[in-house]
Amino acid sequence: MSLLESARFALAGVAANKLRSVLTTLGILIGIAAVIVLLAVGAGTSNAIKAQIGKLGTNVLTVSRSTSVGGRAGAGTAVSGTRTRSTNLTLDDEKSLTDPVLAPDVARTAPIVQAQGVTGTYNNATHSVASFLGTTAPYFTISNSTVAAGSLFTDADQQGAAPVAVIGATVASDLFGASTASAVGQTIQLNGQNFTVSGVLTAKGSSGLNDPDDIVVVPLSTAQSKFTGYAPTLASITVQAASADVMNQAQNELQMILDARHGVDATNRDYQIRNQAQILTTATNTTQTLTILLGAVAAISLLVGGIGVMNIMLVTVTERTREIGIRKAIGASRGSIVAQFLIESLIISVIGGVAGIVIGFTGSAFPVLGVQPEVQPWTVWLSLAVSAVIGLVFGVYPANKAAKLRPIDALRYE
Amino acid sequence: MAAVIELTNVSKVYGRGEAEVRALDGVSIGIERGDFVAIIGASGSGKSTMMNIIGCLDAPTSGGYFLDGIRTADLDEYQQAQIRNRKIGFVFQNFNLISRTKAADNVAMPLAYAGVGRQERHTRALAMLDAVGLASRADHKPSQLSGGQQQRVAIARALVTNPVLLLADEPTGALDSRSSDEILDLFERLHAAGRTIVMITHEMDVAERAGRVVRMQDGRIISDVRQRPLRVPALAAAQ
Repeated sequence: MSLLESARFALAGVAANKLRSVLTTLGILIGIAAVIVLLAVGAGTSNAIKAQIGKLGTNVLTVSRSTSVGGRAGAGTAVSGTRTRSTNLTLDDEKSLTDPVLAPDVARTAPIVQAQGVTGTYNNATHSVASFLGTTAPYFTISNSTVAAGSLFTDADQQGAAPVAVIGATVASDLFGASTASAVGQTIQLNGQNFTVSGVLTAKGSSGLNDPDDIVVVPLSTAQSKFTGYAPTLASITVQAASADVMNQAQNELQMILDARHGVDATNRDYQIRNQAQILTTATNTTQTLTILLGAVAAISLLVGGIGVMNIMLVTVTERTREIGIRKAIGASRGSIVAQFLIESLIISVIGGVAGIVIGFTGSAFPVLGVQPEVQPWTVWLSLAVSAVIGLVFGVYPANKAAKLRPIDALRYE
Repeated sequence: MAAVIELTNVSKVYGRGEAEVRALDGVSIGIERGDFVAIIGASGSGKSTMMNIIGCLDAPTSGGYFLDGIRTADLDEYQQAQIRNRKIGFVFQNFNLISRTKAADNVAMPLAYAGVGRQERHTRALAMLDAVGLASRADHKPSQLSGGQQQRVAIARALVTNPVLLLADEPTGALDSRSSDEILDLFERLHAAGRTIVMITHEMDVAERAGRVVRMQDGRIISDVRQRPLRVPALAAAQ
């Protein structure tokens, strides 16, 4: 008796009870579709977060002042030390970081000062600026910012403390309406002081609560003269590493230079370095956890579907006890009975699996909570294999039960 | 001439101790090729147990059983299935056709287990249906056939592998008298063509159609009467 013949008998068995077979298939279908869609959502979320972080500048390290000065250790040093200790980041700090010998992995740096509560006005329109920065030209390269219209400010603007501003897309649309390009060359008031708009930045797109386009960037010297004063204190220093691979080396170099300049060590640093790569890793880990959780939920529904297959196969075997007896009496061996019922459960679960893959693909075409799911090719192969394994695993017991029936008992069964 | 069936001192015991039931108690019988034997007895006489043992559906507790010269006790499960497939054709009281399958496919089923190709299966099934006079009903499902017709399909199925033995368990038990006569006529024709038939029954008038009547009681053979002479071996050999 060939497997092909067993498959024919099995197919007839599946077809004999169409509604029941379809409903059983549904269990596997939903499970497989859930696995594919949920893993696709996980992957989509992960990629969206990576893209979002990428937009904010790659290879970026941010040096900022520590908000709390090293607790007990910091206080102890401050009391015992007679040497003066710079607890602020200064422009000199920023300049010292661009050192081809001590910091070969640092590509460029930009000092940043910030002013809070800046309001922009143009004619009757006003806009409360979320992020007002004074910096130097390298900032734009580091933060991956380009102009959609106009131009960035130049070193000359920086030296002359020129009243020019580069504004983000949100600011431009609030002040100038839909045609943001018309802002270029116009004069706006920032807290009542006149600035010429030199350029409008290309929109980066919102990432949830933070709007990276709600920004005004002016030359550092201008910001200092008009807003923050000439105190040498910087809010932060933005640093771009030579490449994504040398982020950690670059961070070590920054720490070495700044530790020496500030006279601190790892225990009492008065500054902190945020590493974009670390943020990315954290975000990736978070989404991975999320993906695993989603996958686990889907796997449970797949398990339930598999138990459904087993349940129906057991019912089928009981219901067809007489048929099994007849088949054995006319010469079916145990092997061919096992094959028949095993193939039957395999057919049900693999059809469910294939349909689930189709539904999964269809479902993944639509965005979920603003995230476009991305189907992972490996989940398709995995799903197909899993549905086949389910068919085999959950079919073995019923098939064996059928094969072990004694023909005389099976024939007497009513 | 080789016996198709050779039972030597066969016993079948169910249960143990107090509850022990001797369904068969030292039965010995030989059935020649080409014979038409009726085994008759009241219920509980052991005739069904004997039929199960003859049909390789059950194993004897003690004693030897040779089917077509093969010692069945030596066979494993797979070989027993093959014996049932190739050597024995079963006919049951309640037909035991597979209800969702067409008549022709029911008849062809033993051939599928014998590994015969699809095309040949179909040809042989149709030829066998034709032999029992049901060629026009090949595409009917069992539920669309009368009892007598269903039994004829079952006989066609039993004969399709060309077995050495046709084993019928109360083949007319569920049929009206006209259909019963049809079936018994068919058996006689098959017998005339050289088939070996063993028929279990509890009705004397059915048993009278056979060439030899074996009467059983309490697990023993109490009489063994030949009513008609055994067919000449030449006819049997022509099988």
